[in-house]
Amino acid sequence: MNPTYESIRRSIESGETSCETITAEMLGAIDDRPGLNAFLAVFRENAIARAREVDRKFRDGTAGRLAGMVVAVKDVLCLRGERVTCGSKILESFESLYDATAVSRLLNEDVIVIGKTNMDEFAMGSSSEHSAFGPVLNPVDSTRVPGGSSSGSGAAVAAGMAHTALGTDTGGSIRQPAAFCGVVGMKPTYGRVSRYGLVALSSSFDQIGPFAHSTADAARVLQVIAGKDDADSTTSQDPVPDYLASLTKDVRGLRIGIPEEFLKEGICDDVLAAFHRAVDRLKEAGAKISNVRLPHARYHIATYYILMTAEASSNLARFDGARYGYRSPRAKDLQEMYLLSRSEGFGQEVKRRIMLGTYVLSAGYYDAYYLKGQRVRRLIQSDFLEAFRAVDALLMPTTPTTAFRFGEKASDPLQMYLSDVFTVSANLAGTPAISVPAGNDSEGLPIGIQVMGKHFDEATVLKVGDFLEEEVT
Amino acid sequence: MKLNDAYEPVIGLEVHAQLLTASKAFCSCSTQFGVEPNSNVCPVCLGMPGTLPVLNRNLVEFIIRMGLATGCSITPRSVFARKNYFYPDLPKGYQISQFDLPLCTGGSVEIDLDDGSRKTIRLTRIHMEEDAGKSIHDIDVDTLVDVNRCGVPLIEIVSEPDMRSPREAYLFLTRIRQLVTYLGICDGNMEEGSLRADANISVRRKGTTPFGTKTEVKNMNSFRYVERALEFEINRQIQVLTEGGTVAQETLLWDANLGVAIPMRSKEEAHDYRYFPDPDLVPVLVEEAWTGRIRESMPELPTVRRDRFESTLGLPRYDADVLTAEKETADYFEDTLQELTNQTGRDRKDLAKPVSNWVMTDILRVMGERKLAIGQVPISPVRLAGMIRLILDGTISGTIAKELFEEMLGSDEDPESIVERKGLVQVSDHGVLSAAIQEVLDNSPDQVRKYINGSDKVFGFFVGQTMKKLQGKGNPSVINELLRKKLDGLKSA
Repeated sequence: MNPTYESIRRSIESGETSCETITAEMLGAIDDRPGLNAFLAVFRENAIARAREVDRKFRDGTAGRLAGMVVAVKDVLCLRGERVTCGSKILESFESLYDATAVSRLLNEDVIVIGKTNMDEFAMGSSSEHSAFGPVLNPVDSTRVPGGSSSGSGAAVAAGMAHTALGTDTGGSIRQPAAFCGVVGMKPTYGRVSRYGLVALSSSFDQIGPFAHSTADAARVLQVIAGKDDADSTTSQDPVPDYLASLTKDVRGLRIGIPEEFLKEGICDDVLAAFHRAVDRLKEAGAKISNVRLPHARYHIATYYILMTAEASSNLARFDGARYGYRSPRAKDLQEMYLLSRSEGFGQEVKRRIMLGTYVLSAGYYDAYYLKGQRVRRLIQSDFLEAFRAVDALLMPTTPTTAFRFGEKASDPLQMYLSDVFTVSANLAGTPAISVPAGNDSEGLPIGIQVMGKHFDEATVLKVGDFLEEEVT
Repeated sequence: MKLNDAYEPVIGLEVHAQLLTASKAFCSCSTQFGVEPNSNVCPVCLGMPGTLPVLNRNLVEFIIRMGLATGCSITPRSVFARKNYFYPDLPKGYQISQFDLPLCTGGSVEIDLDDGSRKTIRLTRIHMEEDAGKSIHDIDVDTLVDVNRCGVPLIEIVSEPDMRSPREAYLFLTRIRQLVTYLGICDGNMEEGSLRADANISVRRKGTTPFGTKTEVKNMNSFRYVERALEFEINRQIQVLTEGGTVAQETLLWDANLGVAIPMRSKEEAHDYRYFPDPDLVPVLVEEAWTGRIRESMPELPTVRRDRFESTLGLPRYDADVLTAEKETADYFEDTLQELTNQTGRDRKDLAKPVSNWVMTDILRVMGERKLAIGQVPISPVRLAGMIRLILDGTISGTIAKELFEEMLGSDEDPESIVERKGLVQVSDHGVLSAAIQEVLDNSPDQVRKYINGSDKVFGFFVGQTMKKLQGKGNPSVINELLRKKLDGLKSA
């Protein structure tokens, strides 16, 4: 139904269509469904102007690798001269001075950035209900959440408002909305994509990744944004392999592991059925399926929320009303400037996590929470290293359920946190993981299947994702 | 102020040294001092959302130099940590520092006490961190912030509580200053804030071992203030104790104008910094090969140089101390000595003392009078050596040399050519000298009589008068010899 970039490019090159036409269509799709609230900013004039420029490049034969691809960018990534709100009132009118590395690498390959997408405030949330600018509706069923925190990016791609989108994934914020919206979403290995220009939620977990209709398009975007960046010390020097070359549909002999701990309880029947269908397809195609153990699986959520909030509490300290962003007009002195600006500028969930994180780093609690959390994280990482000695990839559902209803979990943060149960592990371990559509449940809501791979082995993850996407949907 | 003899102070210092790297610790902004406020800035040091720090390797190199110079062990894998607190001149809301895994641990420096003995002051650690900006409170109703200094690299040198008097603390601080300037890693300027010291102070009854409750004194931003501030705080603590009170653990700010240390409001000091490893930076790995390369490129350390001046050049301890206090002075001295050795072919050991005398008295005097660095003194080592050679080979007298020295300050002319042009060559001709002496004696019958009557004091008078007659150009030893002969002849006659 949705064309891949390859076919789009072919029709531009053949003169059948143009970047300008495509961009105009996408802008039309955005205008057709304003209630979706997927975008916080739409670059109408700029996108059309740029589309014309890229059309010229096509004529000149100088078009870049992703020329004409229309991309939506999560509003937590910086674009020079454009607002970067992070879904927060505290940065409502803040404009960035520079481009995020991932965005500028895409621009260098002639993509057309159509706008900035809505999100849970500072990427904290799984439903878009924490956006200061109203929730994003799920394009498949507007009574349902689109997932989060990259809610607008997932919804925009699913609703045909962009070919691909950039999101960020700290504990599932790409994969979960991809699963809920029925698109492909990938979190690369920690260190594969530069975080420069990504307004940090949790620095040791955050990664930028693509949303797309196909694994192939996700691979195309990853190909461009991946690789060493001098501006981010945590990026890897490892060369970036040719990802498209790995999409052979040949899974013969691949060793696929099923983490038993994850399948014990709490997964709804339709998701479980879709998962088993995927396992059967792989088996039939010659993959070797085996069970693997992740002994510390039950500590994943707790460990994640301790360490993530700790880092977040420090990362968000800079939003203090002193230099940029919201400053409370009621503040009469320095203390009040901090207290009131932050109390009024941040939403509930952000304040909750700042308080949790401040607590776990506090004198007297540091050892019991932060330090212990770090130790458990290392145990979790070694669980995965151990598992990946026996298998090439792990397979699991992306989420225990399909998209839930608005309000269903908003009042209970713990229930909301638990919906991240299958996704946080890839961030704890730093491994790459993809969510691909795997059919629909009985209510017609999309189901996502997740493939996780070894560090820097995005190629295998993409290969299995590509196979499943084709065979199951 | 007199310190109470029944008590003994216990002092530890934390010294921050601003490093002379060309660019900041975690971005490529310049570290230049004194430029327009908020001009040496970029998104990274402004702490803009989404930016990330990238470590300047020179910072690591500089701290390793200091670590090696003080005998620290170099941590092969050290870690940056975030020190979290809110302040308007701290754009990220945290300072990147080091906490439980600093780059250098242990080590020590030696100080020379006034009684001639030496004392070892142990170091706890040396770590790297970035500086904060500067808040300016007194210009307007608002507080202004200059973030040029944000991200400028610092090292913090933390001593053990090994100092027992303000004087020892001062000597420690001057030793640290000498080391960082010798190593070329900091300009050592306390007044401009390149070197900053905070002190931890407690007092205890003499002869007892447990430490008393300590206070921290900050803001001693000049070498002059360190001793005064410490004396103030020690006396304050002793007074509290002698009046039966207890010392409260608190932080005080030294106010140089009032000459007192004022406690900070408890709100300002009630910090829980919530240190944790900075996830944006990878651990700093220092391999032995790197340390080895730095070790090989280390300059000679000041105490080693001082000992060498004493032992191989035969200089008195005092001279060696003065000459090596500043690296540039020691370099100037050695350059002059080398030049003079080349010019005369004589043994360095014989030449060292005359060179030392000229550097220590005349060169240092000119520097003081004209507020010059030694490199700015108009007399280069080559010219100074040339002048000293003229004295040593008898061409000019010491008296003439003083005149020549002043002349050389005003031009870059060779000493020889000045001597020639101004006719300053020393007169050793017996005939000329005898004639001048005779004239002096003829004109001073009273003094001659005194001499004959046994007063040797007037001998100096005759020498002076003769020299005056010869416009200072007479060879003093020949004058002495001829004069003595003549006067003694008169005496026995």
